[in-house]
Amino acid sequence: MTSHAHVVIIGGGATGAGVAHDLALRGLRVTLLERGELTSGTTGRHHGLLHSGGRYAVGDQESAVECIRENQILRRIAPGSFEENGGLFVALTDEDMDYLNPFLNACEACGIPATVHRAEAARQMEPGLNPEVKAAVEVPDATVDPMRLVLRFFATARRNGADLRTFTEVTGLACTARTVSGVLARDLVTERDYEIAADLVVNAAGPWSGQIGQMAGVTVPMRLSPGVLLAVRGRFCGRVLNRLHKNADGDIIVPQRGLSVVGTTSWVVDDPDVPPVPADHVARMYTEGCKLVPAIAAAERRSAWSAVRPLVGGGAASTGRELSRTFQCFDHKQTEGVEGLVTITGGKATTLRAMAETAADVVCAKLGLDATCRTAGTILAPHGAYFTERGERYDRD
Amino acid sequence: MTETEQQAPAQVRRFRITRRRHGAARPRVDEFNVAVGPETTLLDALREIRSHQDRSLTLRYSCCHASCGTCGMRANGREVLACVTPLASLGRGPIAVEPLANARVEHDLVVDMRDLYESLEPTGRPLIRQDEQLAGRGAPAPAFARYEDCIECGLCVSACPITGSDPLYPGPAALAAAWRTVAEPRGADPLRVLAWADDEQGCWRCHASFECTEVCPSGVDPAGAVLALRRELTRRKLGQLTRRGRHRR
Repeated sequence: MTSHAHVVIIGGGATGAGVAHDLALRGLRVTLLERGELTSGTTGRHHGLLHSGGRYAVGDQESAVECIRENQILRRIAPGSFEENGGLFVALTDEDMDYLNPFLNACEACGIPATVHRAEAARQMEPGLNPEVKAAVEVPDATVDPMRLVLRFFATARRNGADLRTFTEVTGLACTARTVSGVLARDLVTERDYEIAADLVVNAAGPWSGQIGQMAGVTVPMRLSPGVLLAVRGRFCGRVLNRLHKNADGDIIVPQRGLSVVGTTSWVVDDPDVPPVPADHVARMYTEGCKLVPAIAAAERRSAWSAVRPLVGGGAASTGRELSRTFQCFDHKQTEGVEGLVTITGGKATTLRAMAETAADVVCAKLGLDATCRTAGTILAPHGAYFTERGERYDRD
Repeated sequence: MTETEQQAPAQVRRFRITRRRHGAARPRVDEFNVAVGPETTLLDALREIRSHQDRSLTLRYSCCHASCGTCGMRANGREVLACVTPLASLGRGPIAVEPLANARVEHDLVVDMRDLYESLEPTGRPLIRQDEQLAGRGAPAPAFARYEDCIECGLCVSACPITGSDPLYPGPAALAAAWRTVAEPRGADPLRVLAWADDEQGCWRCHASFECTEVCPSGVDPAGAVLALRRELTRRKLGQLTRRGRHRR
């Protein structure tokens, strides 16, 4: 099916990548605008963890179920993008052991394969682990390269005709009579302003979604929750290591190439640009990380940074941990009577394909198109294709 | 900026950024002053300029921890990843920031990565792939199976004195990738890759200045890989000669 409907997507992160790929595959005309390089916002800065869903199994079942389902789909459609290393949830204290059975029951309820290993076996599997380990649960977590996985969605979207415009900043939305009819954009390379007409605009701007919504006078109910991550030199484990307890600061270590990434913290901010990296949060990554792997304590710091999670929800969330990691799609015609604008936000990098499917279903329903999602069965182009198959657009004549 | 930085007295650093703007015949140099702290990185400072001084400054970045390889550039003439380069490591004077060399500049600090990615194609591209095959090879822990270390940043290519003068030379990144395929084929054909590297414009063209290895942010050692390719080719050729000799006798 080919449709002449034109959809403009705002935001070149994981969400925008997924939506561009899904809509292009359904035959729509797609233009994507990103003010910087692709994946230069939250997407590029995440932990590098392909979630099994284990982390959310006890407290946030909806997200856990989404994660395990998408984990399995992504492995099929993006072969080669994951380190098939698996993950362990590690119990270090009696309190952690009290969490073992609720955790196993929750994994079973969510369909997450989980295998219990005794302390001795866990130490053999991961010699760097704290010798106090009491038990460990193996789940299908994996290490993923955040940018390169998402570039595969972009490369495939472009093969299917999507026009991807980087270094193009959205300066406003063209609105008349409570209808969004296009996007005002500024090409940062040529420093030219222009307008693009759209049958529908998809707001996939992650933590900047609220600002985009404001351009059309709508409110996106979301919370900006940064987390600090610490990368140290040296690879201290083969698998992803999680602490077996209620989610807290510094309780995940993801091995990435020759680095180990410890994360994370969680609080709430108002400004999505340049989130702070508080020194005490970085210190906490060391003190908490070395509980799982003692060698972290003396490891050389390679980098510390923060990434802003765009979480769905409003109200008085204080740390962001109480908010679900699930995603939501808002048709602003239904929320505030503004036609022509759809926002997709929340979620995780692991669930980007499902987020896109949900958003694309809403887009097609609004445009009156009968096109089904095919992304779960479509193998993605390699990430290098994003660069090697690029046209000469940057010449910007 | 971090809390430590907010507490410390701010210092002002001067940046001289070489920028190729759209339609301009020559790049120009723009100067910016930025208040920085003891831990501010080059990327922090450039993002600060972009956010508060000049929104048209274009640069690439993504992961902020030397894993994605997008923020390669030259600072005071040296190839660096901006995200892991503290300003404190760049002397006390003004900091000259330029795009990577030996690559086509698109605009400002953004270079075209196509040549790099194309150069990797004939090598079997062992850079990112599943590690299933590596697991269970009997390697004793903790020699973990893992992603390849190369992050495709192009720093080695920028620093290479041969790449600049010889367009036919595949460059250190591609030769390092070729050596990975030969050392650990994981289903690829090492003979084909060896034959590709065995060329006077190939691994024999390198002058072993080790600039590539010096600037690699990921410890890949492309120069070592080139020498390893030569050793392997020499070993195989000697082996053929010996076998031929034996045959004659």
